[in-house]
Amino acid sequence: MKNFIKKFESYAFVSPLLVFVALFVLIPIIGSIWTSMFRDVTFLKMKFIFLDNYGDLLRDEGFWKSLRFTLLFIAVTVPLELIIGTAFAVVLDLKIPFRGLLRACVLVPWAIPSAISAKIWELVYNYSYGLANYILLSTGLSEAPVNWIGTDIGAFTTVVVADVWKTAPFVALLVLAGLQSVPSDLRLQAKIDRANFVQTFFLITLPLLKPVLLVSLLFRTIDSLRVFDVIYVLTHGGPGGATTSVSLYAYKYFLGGDFGYGSAISVLLFLVAFVMSVFYIKVSKFQDNL
Amino acid sequence: MKIEIKNIQKEFKTIGKESVSVLKDINLEMKDGEFFVLLGPSGCGKSTLLNIIAGLENPTGGQLIFDGEVVASENKSECMPPKERNVAMVFQTYALYPHLSVYENIAFPLKIAKMDKSEIDRQVRKSAEILHITNHIDSKPSELSGGERQRVAIARAIVRKPRVLLFDEPLSNLDAQLRTATRIELKKLQRELGITTVYVTHDQVEAMTLGDRVAVLKDGYVQQVDSAINLYEKPANKFVAGFIGFPNMNLFDVEVSKEQEKFYIQFEKDRFYFDPAAVEVGTKYCMGIRPADIEVTDDNENVLKGKIDTMELLGKEVLLYVSSNNMEFSIFTAKKNFKENQEINFRFDQSKIHFFKK
Repeated sequence: MKNFIKKFESYAFVSPLLVFVALFVLIPIIGSIWTSMFRDVTFLKMKFIFLDNYGDLLRDEGFWKSLRFTLLFIAVTVPLELIIGTAFAVVLDLKIPFRGLLRACVLVPWAIPSAISAKIWELVYNYSYGLANYILLSTGLSEAPVNWIGTDIGAFTTVVVADVWKTAPFVALLVLAGLQSVPSDLRLQAKIDRANFVQTFFLITLPLLKPVLLVSLLFRTIDSLRVFDVIYVLTHGGPGGATTSVSLYAYKYFLGGDFGYGSAISVLLFLVAFVMSVFYIKVSKFQDNL
Repeated sequence: MKIEIKNIQKEFKTIGKESVSVLKDINLEMKDGEFFVLLGPSGCGKSTLLNIIAGLENPTGGQLIFDGEVVASENKSECMPPKERNVAMVFQTYALYPHLSVYENIAFPLKIAKMDKSEIDRQVRKSAEILHITNHIDSKPSELSGGERQRVAIARAIVRKPRVLLFDEPLSNLDAQLRTATRIELKKLQRELGITTVYVTHDQVEAMTLGDRVAVLKDGYVQQVDSAINLYEKPANKFVAGFIGFPNMNLFDVEVSKEQEKFYIQFEKDRFYFDPAAVEVGTKYCMGIRPADIEVTDDNENVLKGKIDTMELLGKEVLLYVSSNNMEFSIFTAKKNFKENQEINFRFDQSKIHFFKK
């Protein structure tokens, strides 16, 4: 009996956490996978159809369109966020006046809830009374107001801008922490070795930031994969589904009452995010060994 | 290259806008090819002075002159950035670029100077050979031992043939044995290269063994500049006397008196007569005597009587801690059959007594 208690003592300590994980993570995941194998539409009788939902999904042009959009969105926003965030971090790391205040200012967009920041951008891009059109018209750059959200490229751009504006500060925060962990001796040594600011940055600082940048890259990629709120508020996935992300696409099925099909989309999205997360954990371990 | 330091001052502003004066008025001259050591306790401003020579910091007063050319002064426009001064520096932490191999580390300053690739290769291999690190040329700094890292840092410093070599406590991260070995090599290397070298340390042994000349710094002032042996034998003031030499010099406050043409010092009980040196009767002095300049004797004439409190055996010699006349003396003498609590008589070597005005 004593041995038994000893053996399971450790499990007892972690069990509250395990219960939480099971309740809020594991069961919903299994539930989604389960549901995705049913024809589960409101008002219709539930029917087990195994992988039929997935089969339909692979033939669904709307799904592929949303996947293409999501990947393109990642391909555009993540590099922009990394470049702008790193640039911010470098500036904030310099000995400039009001550095503390500037650091706080840069973080503001990140602190605002996504739905609200998207609403702000909606006001900026509004066709009849938005700030963007006001500036264009009053400076004479355009004779007629531009329908920003009404065209494919326009809607895509507005979504990208809103997302980059919101998350570049997050990258800046990570990179700034990374910059501050670079020993100051190394930069002094680079100075002594007659490297200028740009050379020091690209030859010394940036390579040392590689682990931080890699983590930011993965973090932002996984995060962008499930982009929802900015798009939902700003364009509702329009025009004509041009800015519908995968998660928004799934949401529309849930809203329409097709839980089986929506779950199938979610499961696919989950798989992609899961693979990326595993990769991310591998990389962060690799970072510890540096 | 000759370095002149004229009235250099450095003040730092603290957060509360108060200014802290680290260097108050420094005047030094380093000859061409000289191995010059800046010695002082931590916080004396020696590293700040080194940073000013390197160009990592600008002085708030005075002038820094390289071979007759002003390279730094209180006037910002006269301050040359480090890249134009052609100085090399070895930091205490070695500051090796962790993502670059040993080869790339050494090659870095040459790459920045846009040297030809084959020439870089030749120079890097030559430096690596001088510092005996050819075997490690493809390793990353993290794979090297402390001693090897240091060699890489020195190789990187000498590879571009700087006008001045600066060292900021480069040996303090090494273990005692390696430190001694590296010290000897460093001295030899400097002789061969003939580059003017400024070396900062708080370790007096390093300073004495390495430096052609040593400047002792304290509280933002130069206390004394001299050869190592002169610092030891003729310390200019009480601070230098106490700082240089192991075991530490005995220092105590005395008053010189005179009785029938004979000078003497009255201790609590004992009286010590000595030949008049440059001292004035009735003046208060700080008297200094090195532990090795005190003789334990069987005489009873003109001696101090004391009792051995404790002792340290140091091989052939012994260091006695003796209480006498309500004071503590340390005496460094040949090993004899000393015992704790033993009563002994001792006297000072008259020619080795130092008097410092108070």
